[in-house]
Amino acid sequence: MALNEEVEALRAIPLFQRIEASRLRLLAFTSERVRFEPDDLVVRQGDIGDAAYIVLEGRAEVLVDTPQGPLRVAELGRNDIIGEIAILIDVPRTATVRTTEAMTALRISKELFFRLVEEFPQMAVEIMRELAQRLDRTTNDLREARAQLAAG
Amino acid sequence: MEKTIYGFVFRHSLPQQIFLLALTAVSFPVLYVSYEIPKIIINDALGDDAGARTLFGVEMEQLTYLFALCLVFLALVLVNGAFKFNINAGKGRLGERMLRRLRYDLYSRLLRFPLPVFKRVGQGEIIPMVTQEVEPLGGFMGDALAQPVYQLGILVTIGAFMLIQEPVLGLAALALYPFQMYAIPKLQRRVTQLAKQRVQHVRRLSDRIGESISTIEAVHADDGANYLRADIANRLGGIYDIRYEIFRRKFFIKFLNNFLAQLTPFFFYSIGGYLIIQGQLSIGALVAVLAAYKDMSAPWKELLAYYQQQADARIKYDQVVQQFDPPGMIEEALQVDEAETLPALTPASRIGFENAAYAEDDISIPVRSATFSVGLDEHVAIVGPSGGGKEEIGLLAARLATVTGGRAHLDGTALADLPQAAFGRQAAYVGPHANLFNASLRENLLFGLRHRPLRPADLDPEAAARRDARAVEARRSGNTDADFAADWVDYGAAGAAPGAEMVRRMVEVLAAVGLDEDLYTLGLRGVLDPAAHAGLAERVLEARAALRSRLDAPGAAAPIEPFDADAYNVNATLAENLLFGAPIGPAFAVGNLAGHPFVRSVLEEAGLLDRLEGIGLQVAKIMVELFADIDPGHELFQQFSFIDADDLPEFRTIATRADRLGVPGLEAEERRRLLGLPFLLIPERHRLGLIDDALRADLLAARRLFRERLPEADRASVEFFDADRYTARASLQDNILFGRVRHGQAHGAARVSALLADAVDEAGIRQAVMEAGLAYEVGIGGSRLTQTQRQKLAFARALLKRPALMVVNMATAGVERVAREMLFLAVRTAMEGRGVVWVLEAPELAEGFSRVVVVEDGRTVEDGTWEALSGAGGPFARLLRQS
Repeated sequence: MALNEEVEALRAIPLFQRIEASRLRLLAFTSERVRFEPDDLVVRQGDIGDAAYIVLEGRAEVLVDTPQGPLRVAELGRNDIIGEIAILIDVPRTATVRTTEAMTALRISKELFFRLVEEFPQMAVEIMRELAQRLDRTTNDLREARAQLAAG
Repeated sequence: MEKTIYGFVFRHSLPQQIFLLALTAVSFPVLYVSYEIPKIIINDALGDDAGARTLFGVEMEQLTYLFALCLVFLALVLVNGAFKFNINAGKGRLGERMLRRLRYDLYSRLLRFPLPVFKRVGQGEIIPMVTQEVEPLGGFMGDALAQPVYQLGILVTIGAFMLIQEPVLGLAALALYPFQMYAIPKLQRRVTQLAKQRVQHVRRLSDRIGESISTIEAVHADDGANYLRADIANRLGGIYDIRYEIFRRKFFIKFLNNFLAQLTPFFFYSIGGYLIIQGQLSIGALVAVLAAYKDMSAPWKELLAYYQQQADARIKYDQVVQQFDPPGMIEEALQVDEAETLPALTPASRIGFENAAYAEDDISIPVRSATFSVGLDEHVAIVGPSGGGKEEIGLLAARLATVTGGRAHLDGTALADLPQAAFGRQAAYVGPHANLFNASLRENLLFGLRHRPLRPADLDPEAAARRDARAVEARRSGNTDADFAADWVDYGAAGAAPGAEMVRRMVEVLAAVGLDEDLYTLGLRGVLDPAAHAGLAERVLEARAALRSRLDAPGAAAPIEPFDADAYNVNATLAENLLFGAPIGPAFAVGNLAGHPFVRSVLEEAGLLDRLEGIGLQVAKIMVELFADIDPGHELFQQFSFIDADDLPEFRTIATRADRLGVPGLEAEERRRLLGLPFLLIPERHRLGLIDDALRADLLAARRLFRERLPEADRASVEFFDADRYTARASLQDNILFGRVRHGQAHGAARVSALLADAVDEAGIRQAVMEAGLAYEVGIGGSRLTQTQRQKLAFARALLKRPALMVVNMATAGVERVAREMLFLAVRTAMEGRGVVWVLEAPELAEGFSRVVVVEDGRTVEDGTWEALSGAGGPFARLLRQS
């Protein structure tokens, strides 16, 4: 059934990888499944984020505004997550995401996400772990970039 | 108000009391005779002498004489009863009128309290006084004179009868009364004092309970529940002590009374018996005296009860009246009486303050010396630090408070001498609280225009007669006879004719303050009676058609799935799909479908009953799994679960039993519970994949069966969806959409509202939608609106009456920035050439006002234009820098 497919999609995402199946089912059940037309805006850079999206089907591109106009920085597909930072902290969207073909995604609202974290502290731990890994990666990247600059 | 309850009674009911007294006095001779008859019967009619007797000059035999006397006795009993009935009914009516008058007077005084009183006195204290505490006073006031005189009269009559019959026995019967008369009041006095304390304690208790309710958030947030429990328990303990003491004393009084009452027969039997044996007294006389004495105990008890009552009533009245006589009450003449001419507020008028001071009491003196004036053609901003007196100056300018020193005047007439109507009708006030009533938006808007009945209600003769009779009765109780049902709205003040024009004007004003979008949204969700709005249904159907044609247009997938009699709507619940209509009343409400015999028979015939029970079991299992370890109070439960947290364990049991026994092995009730679950399923929303194509087809068959077989008795319980008909039960929006919004479409909601807006405009029913919005109930204190919406509504109410002066007092502090700018613009535009006094929460908002007055520490310290003051380096410039 559709719900199981969504649970599988959630499990494929590192942020949710270690979370129990029953929790993921609850998350999937309480989230909304959203269809986008081709060329629909999923999120817009600078907007305040209120939800994250998990792509179940279809593709989208990530665009960043530059003085020279929008710059395409990445492409997203099945099992990718969009806008997860915005549901953790109140920052404006850092990029625009636009669908390139019809897309189906699971919409996890910030409110719902926090309620689940509140209910299952274990989820918070998993998310912390994932974020710490990312921070570690970013710090490494930064260190390398600095080293390159210093060498350059 | 009269200082004592007797003052109140005499002032307002002396003639009626005298009438009751007279009636009472007339009844005594009859009473006396009715005691005389039994004695004649026993002594004379039953006497040994068998000869003829004379009654009223007619000679008759013994037996005839006996029956004649008995008939006379019966007649006297009837006459006595008639007197009693009339006296009691008269007293009851008088009491009710007096109670009505008292309550009305108290409420009327409440409306005249100066505002600071409400900072000290809680609702919890005031409300029980008007509602419960005075209730027993009504009965007492009816009894005030007639009861003691009547009962005392009976006592005297009976006493006199006994004394005349047999002086010795009479004296014996009456001997103990003087002692009782002396002792009982002494004992009673202490009880009365205790009762007084009890009233005060209970009042404070109700105030504390009220406070607990109004601070409930803090109680939860600070885990203060047990502290409050202890407080209340302590207070209840105090009340318990007092009440117990009262009971003890009351019962002691009762005991003493009973004992004394029993003592008297002792005298009768001993002294009376002795006299009879000695042949000095006839048995007839003893029986008569005994009967009379038995009758004495009732009036005596009544008299004592009256004594207790009057002691209670005096205290209650004292305590209530004290509370309703605070110093500084608004004079009755200024508020209640309709002035013949009101001093006009015109653009040429000026409101001036010279060394004005305002003290709430000895300690709190928020305004010490204010000197400034406002022409009613200028817009003046009042700024200053909070707590510096600017808010009180706002109250003074709106004449909501009266200066306690210095001068405040309108063109030379002291503001305090103006009738309340002068400002109430020509000026408007918007304060920090919106002061909304628990009524519709329309009623809240119109409140500012309702000062007196202007057009009598349009009534048929019968209803008009009823109304007039009620008015007469109202006057008898000193209540106002103004007809509440009349049209009170001053349309002239709003500048619009009654009816459609007034509605347009209200919508206009709401648009000016930025509530038009909200009004439109609320209106779409509102239900309009098509019968009351000619042509509405047709135009809504036009809008439906217009929307439909847009949906059918090729292009993007439609955000709405229309209702189709021959298709399963995957965005609607299974219940909606089965009924294909809106339930009216409880019969087909979704929670009752599983138990409805007709619904069950339809499902049975369509072969669905077992399958739906099976689906119910699956839903139950999923819910049990998903929500098993979610806290029952959690929002997730309320929002997403099909099953109440309380019922979850039950469904868990049912699911386990079903695994063991199979669904057919379950109890009938358990199967009914399971059957109830699938009715809520919306395939597109819940995505549980439980409703497959085959099931949908069978449900469509069941839908047809339902419609064909629906029994006559149930016809009124459902309104079927019909693409060509207006559904009276449904909201405007549902009527236009005639379908369900598709779940899971990105930007679906926005597209639906755009489509709706287009359809509404195309059919030209925006006005009707807004009108439906005016019927929206705002809730207690406007709780169904947001803070910003409430304040906007308060502004709209003020603007609707086109005031000559508008006083705004810290009214936009809790309002979002964009809304605040809109409100500023709305007021400044509407009040062009009229007076505005605006007490601002921040000094920088004063830009654009014709003048700025700076208030600090209760004094006006600066007065001038924005340009002059902001560059002057004085207090205003300092305030600007600090903000």
